Amino acid sequence: MSLLEIKKARLKLDNKNILNGVSLSVNAGEVHAIMGPNGSGKSTLSYMLSGREGYELESGEILLDGQSLSEMPADERARSGLFLAFQYPVELPGVGAMSFLREAVNSRRKFIGKEEFDHLAFVKEARKEASKMFVKDEMLKRAVNVGFSGGEKKKFEILQMAMLKPKVSILDETDSGLDVDALKIVSDGVNAQRSDDNAIVVITHYQRLLDYIVPDFVHILSDGVIIKSGGPELALEVEKNGYAGMINAA
Amino acid sequence: MVATQETIDKVKEVANTYKYGFVTELESEKAPLGLNEDIVRFISSKKNEPEWLLEWRLKAYRKWLTMKEPNWAMVNFPKINFQDIYYYSAPKVKPKLNSLDEVDPELLKTYEKLGIPIKEQEMLAGVAVDYVFDSISVATTFRDKLAKEGIIFCPISEAVQNHPDLVKKYIGSVIPMGDNYYAALNSAVFTDGSFVYVPKGVKCPMELSTYFRINEQNSGQFERTLIIVEDNSYVSYLEGCTAPQRDENQLHAAVVELVAMNDAEIKYSTVQNWYPGDKDGIGGIYNFVTKRGNCLGHRSKISWTQVETGSAITWKYPSCILRGDNSVGEFYSVAVANNFQQADTGTKMIHIGKNTKSTIISKGISAGKAQNTYRGQVQIQKNAKGSRNFTQCDSLLIGDECGAHTVPYINQHTPSARVEHEATTSKISEDQLFYCLQRGLDTEQATSLIVNGFCKEVMKELPMEFAVEAQKLIGISLEGSVG
Repeated sequence: MSLLEIKKARLKLDNKNILNGVSLSVNAGEVHAIMGPNGSGKSTLSYMLSGREGYELESGEILLDGQSLSEMPADERARSGLFLAFQYPVELPGVGAMSFLREAVNSRRKFIGKEEFDHLAFVKEARKEASKMFVKDEMLKRAVNVGFSGGEKKKFEILQMAMLKPKVSILDETDSGLDVDALKIVSDGVNAQRSDDNAIVVITHYQRLLDYIVPDFVHILSDGVIIKSGGPELALEVEKNGYAGMINAA
Repeated sequence: MVATQETIDKVKEVANTYKYGFVTELESEKAPLGLNEDIVRFISSKKNEPEWLLEWRLKAYRKWLTMKEPNWAMVNFPKINFQDIYYYSAPKVKPKLNSLDEVDPELLKTYEKLGIPIKEQEMLAGVAVDYVFDSISVATTFRDKLAKEGIIFCPISEAVQNHPDLVKKYIGSVIPMGDNYYAALNSAVFTDGSFVYVPKGVKCPMELSTYFRINEQNSGQFERTLIIVEDNSYVSYLEGCTAPQRDENQLHAAVVELVAMNDAEIKYSTVQNWYPGDKDGIGGIYNFVTKRGNCLGHRSKISWTQVETGSAITWKYPSCILRGDNSVGEFYSVAVANNFQQADTGTKMIHIGKNTKSTIISKGISAGKAQNTYRGQVQIQKNAKGSRNFTQCDSLLIGDECGAHTVPYINQHTPSARVEHEATTSKISEDQLFYCLQRGLDTEQATSLIVNGFCKEVMKELPMEFAVEAQKLIGISLEGSVG
């Protein structure tokens, strides 16, 4: 069953066509990778899906688990189970990571009719998940992303994903700014969450990440359309020949 | 923003209904409208005051007549007609109360609406509350327990009767009756307030707390609070305010004086939530307050923490006179101004003694069409060798029709002293907001979270139970300002 369905999505920014009819169907249990050169529309796609202001569809449709997202505000999309791991996680000075996480998780739980965590239950749960990601207690006491290293930021993103249990996760350039060790931890964190009732879309420049998070499908995005789709081998082809050959052939 | 139309509508709906907008119907005993010497005499005789206090009031009144309203603050409002104010009103309650059961049930209902479960608060929080209702203090609790420690905590009118020497010695000793226009007015017509005396070597075992409440049409609220802490003693005092909705502006001109002796410490915390006026700027309280602490003793410490969310106009500068050597003054402030609110607030740190130290952390938040000004003075006098001040003023703007202003005055007369001043102005960024929304928080939650993060350094200075209340209040005050 399709958890995320993008139908002929078109989007303009400042009167410039950025997405020119992207279509994609992601089923439960699948991991899709979207690759593409700079300026191909990868980040725009992630903002469009998550409902950022200014990234409204010009035409086309997006469905999350069968429900249309077009009129749905960003926060409701999130509560409905759409998660975006940011390429550049944003600093929130003075906002404790633990309490931020708790508010987010409880908003989602409340929305889907689950009981909200009380303080103690939440801390227990968060610590359990955090230890899997090698996230120290001390880090959760700091303000959200303030003074976090590149690795810590990405670990915190994936920790949020683990706690929020989204239906569809979009990982935007999650490998950027990671050394090999951190890349391994973050990837393991993502892999641990692969299941038959969720789906993951990985957006990336490089094949490197896909060695760790092995996708079921790979799509090449260029100039706001998907020009080629295939299995994991497509990523290796990009690694070997670059995007240019593929784009010219298309 | 696509998402927030519903939120905007909801906020519009509630913007006009101030949460605490209700009026208790109590018969009240009023002085005639307006102010003259007879009114001052009336108030004094109502309170059965000794001759010296009446003379003191009259002197203040005569001084006030010669004074002009201050006009240097960045606030605008129509001229106040001081003859159109009732200066005395007292709810008709039994004169002697042995327990809360004897308090007017109407009054208790009011507190219930405000969410102050009296009994619960007494028992759970261990807070002794001296309720001030309009001009008369109606219930004082925990007094016996405090009395065992030798601590006096009572309405100042009662202290005038029972501890006249202390009152006479210290009233006006920190803020002279002619200090400023509003302080002079208060000195002439103050009706009640709190009195605290902590004897030598006593750490007050509980937070002392007063809830103030304006409740009478057109009755100015002239509170007067006096806190004296002797050598090696400590007290933490909480002041919190809410007020019912009114069309006409109400004047609130309180005076708070603190005195700290050798090695004494006073922590004074305020959450101020007077009616701010409606979203069009109609109504609201004028909050013109004079608060000053005297670090008289060596190594004494006075710490002001305030969260100011209410009032149409705030004019308030809790200050410290650092007279004793090695004394310490602190000022932690969050001032929130939304819609048409105007806040001009800050502090004065007057360094007189050697090695005195002061810290000022001010967080101003402006939204809507509001104007928020930090005004502060750091004065290092000639003998204040080795003194230090650190000032940090941060402003957060929400929307682009509001303003934030920082006006620091620094007078340095000692080469060996060190004064530091840091200031920043920032906005809630689109990125921060989107990050929160993407995690499922709605715009209000996100704003409240980001703003409370911005204020954290100040909020952590508040006593725990107060901090929770204050955080909620900041969220409520900013509803509808983003989106």
